[in-house]
Amino acid sequence: MNFLEIFKVSLEAILSNKVRSGLTMLGVIIGVMAVILLVSIGEGAKAYITQELTGLGTNLLIITPGKTTTKGGFHPPSAGTVRKLTYDDSLALKRRAWLLSDAVPIVIGTGSIKFQNKGRDTMIIGTSPEFERVRNLYVETGSFVTQGHVDSKEKVIVLGRKVKDELFGIENALGKVVTVSDARYRVVGVMHKKGMSLGWDVDDVVFLPVTSGQELFDTDSLFEILASTPRSEDTERAISQIKDILIRRHAHKEDFTIQTQGAMLETMNTILNVLTAVLGGIAGISLLVGGIGIMNIMLVSVRERIREIGIRKAIGARNRDIMAQFMIEAVTLSGVGGIIGILLGVGIAFLIPLFVTVLPTSVSLWSIVTAFSFSMAVGVFFGVYPARKAALQDPITALRYE
Amino acid sequence: MIKLQNISKNYRMGEVEICALCGVDLDVASGDLIAIMGPSGSGKSTLMNVLGCLDRPTSGRYLFEDREISAMSDDELAHVRNAKIGFVFQSFNLLPRFTALKNVEMPLVYSGVSSQARTERAVPVMEKVGLGDRMYHKPTELSGGQQQRVAIARALVNNPPLLLADEPTGNLDSRSGAEILNILVNLHQQGVTIIIVTHDPNIAARCKRIITLKDGGIISNETVP
Ligand SMILES: Nc1ncnc2c1ncn2[C@@H]1O[C@H](COP(=O)(O)OP(=O)(O)OP(=O)(O)O)[C@@H](O)[C@H]1O
Ligand SMILES: [Mg+2]
Repeated sequence: MNFLEIFKVSLEAILSNKVRSGLTMLGVIIGVMAVILLVSIGEGAKAYITQELTGLGTNLLIITPGKTTTKGGFHPPSAGTVRKLTYDDSLALKRRAWLLSDAVPIVIGTGSIKFQNKGRDTMIIGTSPEFERVRNLYVETGSFVTQGHVDSKEKVIVLGRKVKDELFGIENALGKVVTVSDARYRVVGVMHKKGMSLGWDVDDVVFLPVTSGQELFDTDSLFEILASTPRSEDTERAISQIKDILIRRHAHKEDFTIQTQGAMLETMNTILNVLTAVLGGIAGISLLVGGIGIMNIMLVSVRERIREIGIRKAIGARNRDIMAQFMIEAVTLSGVGGIIGILLGVGIAFLIPLFVTVLPTSVSLWSIVTAFSFSMAVGVFFGVYPARKAALQDPITALRYE
Repeated sequence: MIKLQNISKNYRMGEVEICALCGVDLDVASGDLIAIMGPSGSGKSTLMNVLGCLDRPTSGRYLFEDREISAMSDDELAHVRNAKIGFVFQSFNLLPRFTALKNVEMPLVYSGVSSQARTERAVPVMEKVGLGDRMYHKPTELSGGQQQRVAIARALVNNPPLLLADEPTGNLDSRSGAEILNILVNLHQQGVTIIIVTHDPNIAARCKRIITLKDGGIISNETVP
């Protein structure tokens, strides 16, 4: 009896009880669907974060004040240990660190911007002209903050797209004067529309010269310095160059942290991989439960068909023919369930981003292959016991079974 | 063709062991037509199941065409049942999900005959038992006599040399029973060896030999004059 014959027999048995077969498959369908869906969400988040982080501009280095990764154990904090990062630090890096193409000072705060009777609370970033290039965010009309603005601490402001639209509508904003915390700033530029990135709205922000920003927030320190290297091979050397220069300026203490974009990406990916594995694992358990459902139904099916088994044996079926018949039935149930689960999972994974924009998904081939092989394996594993039970029936006992 | 030597079949019922067959010796020649009679519980079905390789005897030797059946593996027994023996049951034992034709084709499936060749071989056998116009009916759509004819066609489709029928007319009215008997007698005339279990003396009278069982043993074995 060849494989195709047995397959036909098994298929007929499955189709002869459509509702039951459907319900049995449902367990596997849901399991496979869940695996593919949850993994696609994890993978989607990973792809999204990778894309956004690399979209920040290439080979970005972020220097923040304070040492977050202290090596060499615990030491008590003493007064004056942590020196702040200053605008002069960024100037020194720009002048002396020749491996860096840019070193951009950043101060960040929030405030409310007013124009006539309209106002908006938004994020305020004080920075230097190179910010445009380093963060890949460009002005659309007018100009960005210039070095002249920074040097003379001029009260000028560049508006993010959303802020401009809120305050001015379709009117021209250039040359108008807005107030930020009672101080008056002249609008010199409006940014390109950019949308959401990594959870914040890039359009809901305004830019000041870093010096005016420090004055506004009444501080002489920086939130961070963004640096960039033209070539990624230079990253390691650039880091040591930054360290050399800053340590000398900070009384020989390394009281700052340098993060690379690659390291950030790696950390995020590690977290998301664990998350994806956990989600996939939970979905895998539901697949296992689906397998138990198959075993249950196969046991019922064997019991129901003991007489059929007896008849088949009486007319010459070998044990392995009976075994194959029930195995193929179980594997077909799980396999078809797996395929339906894949179709549903992939379909829903494509639909989700259309309705829930914050949830990007990415269906990976490996999750499809893994989920399908796993569902087949579940069919084999949970099919063996019932099929063996069927195959080892004694012909006479089976024929007499009522 | 068949040689049974001291065949016993014992069943253990709690403490006591009862023998359904107690040391049966039997020779069946090729081309024979035998009726097996005897009271209920005398071991007729047990004997047929042993002859049909459906059941293994507890002890004794069983030679079929000079081959030792008792020493065969499950797979070898399956092959003998498939190719050498046709079995007809009192309760028909057809597969209800399949058409009459598919039921008749079933033994050929296990002989590895291709789908087309199966139909080509099954159709003439269906016609031979007079069911050429009922091939696509399910068993539930057939009368008892028709179902038993399907079962006979199934038993014959692989051209086995031996046909075993355990009370083939037991569930039928006398007219259907007579039809079945005619088919069996016809087959015998074509050279098939046939053994029929029956309670009906009229059926036994048409056989060449009548074997009577009682309490698991053969008490008479006589040729019909
Ligand atoms: N599986 C079994 N377990 C225990 N005893 C059994 C079993 N099968 C048959 N027997 C016993 O073996 C004896 C012979 O049974 P068998 O079915 O061969 O009788 P029979 O001659 O065919 O009777 P009938 O004419 O009623 O069909 C009976 O006493 C029966 O109780
Ligand atoms: Mg009986």
